[in-house]
Amino acid sequence: MKFLVCISNVPDTTTKITFTPDNKEFNKAGVQFVINPWDEYALTRAIELKEAQGSGTVTVLNVGEADTEPNIRKALAIGADDAIRVNAAPKDAYFVAQQIAAIAKEGAYDVILMGKESIDYNGFQVHGMVGELLGIPTVAPAMKLDMSGSTATLEREIEGGKEIVEVAAPFVASCQQPMCEPRIPNMRGIMTARTKPLKVVEPVGEGARTEVAEYALPPKKQGVKLIPAESAGDLIKLLRNEAKVI
Amino acid sequence: MSVLVVVECDNGEVKKSSLEVASYGSQVAQMLGTTATAVAVGVATEANLAQLGEQGISKVLYDAEPRLKDFVNGAYTKLIAAAADKEQAQVIVLANSNIGASVGSRLSVRLKASLATNVVELPKANGSSFTVKRGAFSGKAFADVVLSGDRKIIAVKKNSIEALHEAGKTATVEAFSASLTDADFADAPKQVVMQDQAGGILLPEADKVVSGGRGMKGPENWHLIEDLAKALGAATACSKPVSDVDWRPHHEHVGQTGITVSPNLYSACGISGAIQHLAGVNSSKVIVVINKDPEAPFFKAADYGIVGDVFDVLPKLTQAVKELG
Ligand SMILES: Cc1cc2nc3c(=O)[nH]c(=O)nc-3n(C[C@H](O)[C@H](O)[C@H](O)COP(=O)(O)OP(=O)(O)OC[C@H]3O[C@@H](n4cnc5c(N)ncnc54)[C@H](O)[C@@H]3O)c2cc1C
Ligand SMILES: Cc1cc2nc3c(=O)[nH]c(=O)nc-3n(C[C@H](O)[C@H](O)[C@H](O)COP(=O)(O)OP(=O)(O)OC[C@H]3O[C@@H](n4cnc5c(N)ncnc54)[C@H](O)[C@@H]3O)c2cc1C
Repeated sequence: MKFLVCISNVPDTTTKITFTPDNKEFNKAGVQFVINPWDEYALTRAIELKEAQGSGTVTVLNVGEADTEPNIRKALAIGADDAIRVNAAPKDAYFVAQQIAAIAKEGAYDVILMGKESIDYNGFQVHGMVGELLGIPTVAPAMKLDMSGSTATLEREIEGGKEIVEVAAPFVASCQQPMCEPRIPNMRGIMTARTKPLKVVEPVGEGARTEVAEYALPPKKQGVKLIPAESAGDLIKLLRNEAKVI
Repeated sequence: MSVLVVVECDNGEVKKSSLEVASYGSQVAQMLGTTATAVAVGVATEANLAQLGEQGISKVLYDAEPRLKDFVNGAYTKLIAAAADKEQAQVIVLANSNIGASVGSRLSVRLKASLATNVVELPKANGSSFTVKRGAFSGKAFADVVLSGDRKIIAVKKNSIEALHEAGKTATVEAFSASLTDADFADAPKQVVMQDQAGGILLPEADKVVSGGRGMKGPENWHLIEDLAKALGAATACSKPVSDVDWRPHHEHVGQTGITVSPNLYSACGISGAIQHLAGVNSSKVIVVINKDPEAPFFKAADYGIVGDVFDVLPKLTQAVKELG
């Protein structure tokens, strides 16, 4: 089986988000970038399935400029075999999906795994677009993924429950907990990652369909109104009469 | 030219988030000087679909094919694409749910449409393009996104739009078929397992949420959370470490790497308010924090707070709700 794992390079979850003075761009200054947390589930599960099958390859793919390479190397250190970087700023989800679909097709990958969504742009859409571009099923978001031969059994989360779905490869799945315990790189992994192949290719396809005009931060809270613990019941009255939410 | 809205139904009823979607769609239609048609998925009754008139919908298309009862990405996408063609829909509005996002993303490629998910406000039209406000950076920011092209798809975040209720208005319900074949059901579920819902309220659909963190000390104390939730008619939720150690199921974990909620009332009990937790809840209208540590960061994001012990405070709150009647 050939696994393709798509990883996005995102600000660390503890990042305090700020924008450039014109509010047109995310302010990257001093920000630590990490592999999108959901994508770590996709990566680890692909490696586990490859190990269980005793053969196959795991390729990581990122659409990004050269500054994403430390996180691509990290994915190689965790256990991917090789990597591809499409050398372009990810303009929007459709642009990214076209790159992923082109590479998946050219490399005849069997299983294309992603994270549920990116924690920066929160699109939750690349997987459906890639599935549609390739004319193959997408299972999103998947909480469990098992393979037997070329057939996969997945648990797809729906609001209020889950569906057990069976699909034949090739397919796309977007991954989330509790699929696996994401691995962290060990010393040996870090050493071997340096020499694993990382291919850089140029983008293809059409441009973006959407454009961010401006960013904004949420309005600040007024400040907290404290109620003494002894008269906790007063809170309920305030919620009814003042906040009018109960 | 028209607006098409996708309404999700469950057990015969239109989901609350879909009433918001329908209201969003009919307001967009009004803006464009056209009408809004709905296409219903899931198990619906004709009476409930007709009632979508109250949200400004004039016509509802419904395919009673039994295999459409459960979510099937392939078949749902084909059905909605066929409805969009029949109605010559220029704008398609769906819920920002797992179903809505799965279908919306495939449709955007098939219909060559521009797509915005996680949208929190009605669009502003400028010429043929739309600007929509959407949540980004996991609740830490918003982005105004320009959608261009002839067709646009908008997935609306739950609880960001007020549902319209124009009493007495009804929609006509029309049978509709998209000539689905077996191939469209490739991802049909072999089995559907619904959660055991203690209070009957699903977290993603809830208006009120009572949430517990590590300060609750152990799963054996969760009856305190559940009792308050039940009295309020709220859903229950938890912080990530709580679901990581299996005190609570994963689908209750809210935050940056869990689900994002934006209820009218979010009550955090024994939760410190880490940045990753806040990201998933900070678009809630009113936030209540109960924590014994006055320095807990969550108080900075709260509207109301009680500095106190959850084991003392929670029973008092439950009692006070019961006394309200
Ligand atoms: C400088 C810059 C400018 C940007 N400007 C815009 C803009 O104007 N408008 C706009 O809409 N977006 C913009 N983006 C966001 C960027 O285009 C997103 O990466 C893209 O939209 C996909 O994110 P998503 O949230 O839609 O993906 P989702 O659908 O949430 O992602 C799902 C999964 O897809 C995979 N994936 C996502 N992105 C990548 C990637 N780059 N490489 C490999 N796999 C990936 C991951 O597995 C991820 O978990 C900008 C980003 C940058 C860095
Ligand atoms: C990559 C990444 C992603 C993450 N994603 C998420 C996420 O999505 N969601 C999430 O929740 N977390 C997430 N986290 C974890 C987050 O950083 C915090 O560790 C977590 O939210 C803390 O959970 P907590 O508030 O329940 O526990 P703690 O931080 O241990 O807080 C417990 C609180 O309870 C209070 N308390 C104790 N006893 C009592 C009592 N008797 N009465 C009243 N109060 C009491 C304490 O004062 C304390 O404030 C993430 C972390 C990382 C690194």
